[in-house]
Amino acid sequence: MSHPMPFFGYISLLLALALSVYTLLAGSLALWAIAKRRPLAVSPELLRETSRRAGIASFLALSCAAFALVWASFTNDFSVEYILHHTNRALHPAYKFSALWSGQEGSLLLWAWLLAAYGFVLRLRHKVDVTLSAYASTILAAIQIFFLLLLNVSAPPFSIAPGPLARDGFGLNPLLQYPEMVIHPPMLYLGYVGFSVPFAFALGALIMRYPGEKWIHITRRWTMVTWLFLTCGICLGMHWAYAVLGWGGYWGWDPVENASFLPWLTGTAFLHSVMMQEKRGMMKAWNVWLIFATFMLSILGTLLTRSGIVSSVHAFAQSSIGNWFTTFLILVFVVCLFTFFYQRDHLKTENKLQSLVSRESSFLFNNLILLASCFTVLWGTLFPVLSEFYNGTKVTMGPPYFNRVMVPIGLLLILLTGVGPLLSWRSTSLRAIRRNFILPCIAILATAVILMAVGVRPWTDDEAAGGIYALLCFSVSAGVITAITSEFLRGAGVVRTQSGRNLLLSGVTLVRRNTRRYGGYLIHFGVIVMFIGLAGSAFNQSKELEMSFGDTLQIGSWRLVCQSYSQDSNPNFDTDYALLDVFHGAKKVTQLTPERRFYTASQTTSTMVAIHSTLARDLYVVFEGRNPETDRPIIKVFLNPLVNWIWIGVFIIILGTAIALTPPLLPSARRVEVPAPVTTQHIQDIQITPNPAFASSIGGPHA
Amino acid sequence: MPNPSSPATTSQRITKNSQSRRFLQIVAVCLFAITMLGANSPAKRFDKLGHQLVCQCGCGQILVECNHVGCPVSPVMLKELEVQTANGLPDTGVLNFFIAKYGPIALAAPIRGGFDNVAWIVPFAVLVLATLGVALLIRFWKRRNDSLLLAAPGAASLPPNSLEDRIRRETDYENWGDRP
Repeated sequence: MSHPMPFFGYISLLLALALSVYTLLAGSLALWAIAKRRPLAVSPELLRETSRRAGIASFLALSCAAFALVWASFTNDFSVEYILHHTNRALHPAYKFSALWSGQEGSLLLWAWLLAAYGFVLRLRHKVDVTLSAYASTILAAIQIFFLLLLNVSAPPFSIAPGPLARDGFGLNPLLQYPEMVIHPPMLYLGYVGFSVPFAFALGALIMRYPGEKWIHITRRWTMVTWLFLTCGICLGMHWAYAVLGWGGYWGWDPVENASFLPWLTGTAFLHSVMMQEKRGMMKAWNVWLIFATFMLSILGTLLTRSGIVSSVHAFAQSSIGNWFTTFLILVFVVCLFTFFYQRDHLKTENKLQSLVSRESSFLFNNLILLASCFTVLWGTLFPVLSEFYNGTKVTMGPPYFNRVMVPIGLLLILLTGVGPLLSWRSTSLRAIRRNFILPCIAILATAVILMAVGVRPWTDDEAAGGIYALLCFSVSAGVITAITSEFLRGAGVVRTQSGRNLLLSGVTLVRRNTRRYGGYLIHFGVIVMFIGLAGSAFNQSKELEMSFGDTLQIGSWRLVCQSYSQDSNPNFDTDYALLDVFHGAKKVTQLTPERRFYTASQTTSTMVAIHSTLARDLYVVFEGRNPETDRPIIKVFLNPLVNWIWIGVFIIILGTAIALTPPLLPSARRVEVPAPVTTQHIQDIQITPNPAFASSIGGPHA
Repeated sequence: MPNPSSPATTSQRITKNSQSRRFLQIVAVCLFAITMLGANSPAKRFDKLGHQLVCQCGCGQILVECNHVGCPVSPVMLKELEVQTANGLPDTGVLNFFIAKYGPIALAAPIRGGFDNVAWIVPFAVLVLATLGVALLIRFWKRRNDSLLLAAPGAASLPPNSLEDRIRRETDYENWGDRP
């Protein structure tokens, strides 16, 4: 055998497909027999168990296939076409590993492997609910079959390159040779693929008419972890675009970016509205469709970018696998629709909404805004196709369109982030509204006045809209932060009164007692910090200059002096770089070295941006290249305010999600004081200790 | 006491009216001047129009943000933009020049009117309609809930234990024991 490792990978993929088919068929048969109480030649329970084990084995087979591809990459096996096109000998080992997801075939293999890994964990934890897990496992197997069919038929990663064995590969796309690219795609894929699990549970629960809301409790952690992965994946992509692409921004509304944003929006809506189902038995059908839509949007995003329906700057955009994804998407939609109509009587709501001013209605409006955002992004992404169909002419839907349409919707979302947690379940009294909203409203007005006083007066500028939106964003954000902080302090104050500890320890106790609520608040706080950072982009400045030795470039209060420019070389790339001294006023702050690299294997160039980052602003310097006539470097400098706040916001979101995922402390004592005789009107007066969150949630006093 | 309809009072009122009108005119002129401050700066206009166009090299970037040195298209387009703005053409005239030369795809957003308007209207229309829909839904649910409560008056006075259970169930209290 001339190519043992590729052959091993090829066989592993075939084996994984066979095992997945068995998991689906055996699982379906066993579940049908159990549901209908039909006898089989073997015990249905035993058959279900073999299906589960086959699913576990398929993960091992896919792991072997992924290992074979990574091995081929590390051993420079250029007989494999994929390795030939995506690596070269001089490539850094970390990027040889990341070559696994640098091309279409490899990224599909990663997708299938991650799906199998999620399935592996699900099947190991099947004792949570054996029957429901079996349904979810069978549905996951069906999804896995699709990806394995793709890998075995349409996009095989172990194809042998025709002709004589090449001495070296064509190299990895230079844009992907950046540390974040080693973790950004797996994070994003963990997010995309992860939504398959709550989807499988939701569909399984609907098929088997699962009683109660336990499936939501089972999938809550899955959904949150998946959401966190997707959030991290998107934000890592933003940071990569900011640090590598060299255009001074982090989000360009490219279809590939939009594709990742769509399931994030519906996933976020699901995480909120599912609370209504848990606590009030409401919105059952809505939640089921939200998770269906989230999964389908993950697939649609892939379809949009890989089928060539919409053009993207991402290199892997066009391929022949679009038809596969279209077929799969239609199939999934039909199955979801059929199951929903067949079992819709199972999704009857238990409670009705009692007031427009309540937590429930705030969740409804939150869902509305998130889905309107999702629709707008999808609409903007697909409009060029519609325009071509209607007019015969394609149009561009670039950042000006999305910024103008999405910013007002985003502002509404910020507002709801602050309003929602201040409202009580069922209904909120006028007294509670006055008490909870007075401070945030003062904060909004005070921030607006202070900002205008210090010189933020956007109406004096040509491009007033961006500045006005930014001013609104800062003001509303201040209101939301005040709302979150006052709500937290109110709760901590109650714990302090009861326990006698200081406010800090009381705050820690409060969070530990209700990790989900306060983790959620922290996530909201992180989102607001991100929005503040995003709003800073309204005040971006940029300047471009051809710089020689000693030349100076002034931008804002910053001065850059060119000390030298030179060249360097290593086996992988040649570098052109400039040494720039950075002064703030008369003081030298730092020295920056923006680079431009030429990768010899792929014969392409790439920028390495130099960034001096502070909490207030980023000084972002790009070496754009040399002027061919003068041979002098062209330097472009951006002064981007508040960018660091975006990344800080992401860290806060991660921390908040970690807290929300942490199991809460059990209370040492529960004391419930219910005045008698009790009527529903008395709910407002009931005090339950020691959890202040409880009191706030029914609109009662905290102390 | 002066007669309100006497000629002196009328002329005073006219003077007062003309003064306040003049004051309003001055305020309006000042506001207009502040709003238009710097609007005619050629560099700002170049930058503004450059942000409404897309480089046609295939990079998909805004024309003035295209950062490829050696890009065969963006320097040509930037030069054309410079010439067109210097010619004294209005903004729409400059943009029409680029549409005529490169097609509507040269615009960073659809602003030609006609079917392009649909791109802008639909998202807001959907948002407004959905908001109305949700508001109506909440109203419908509330009314149905009220009529159900009226139909079953016993539901209004639940025994204390079941009320406690319900409160626990419907608030975060239950989650204290929410172990994986």
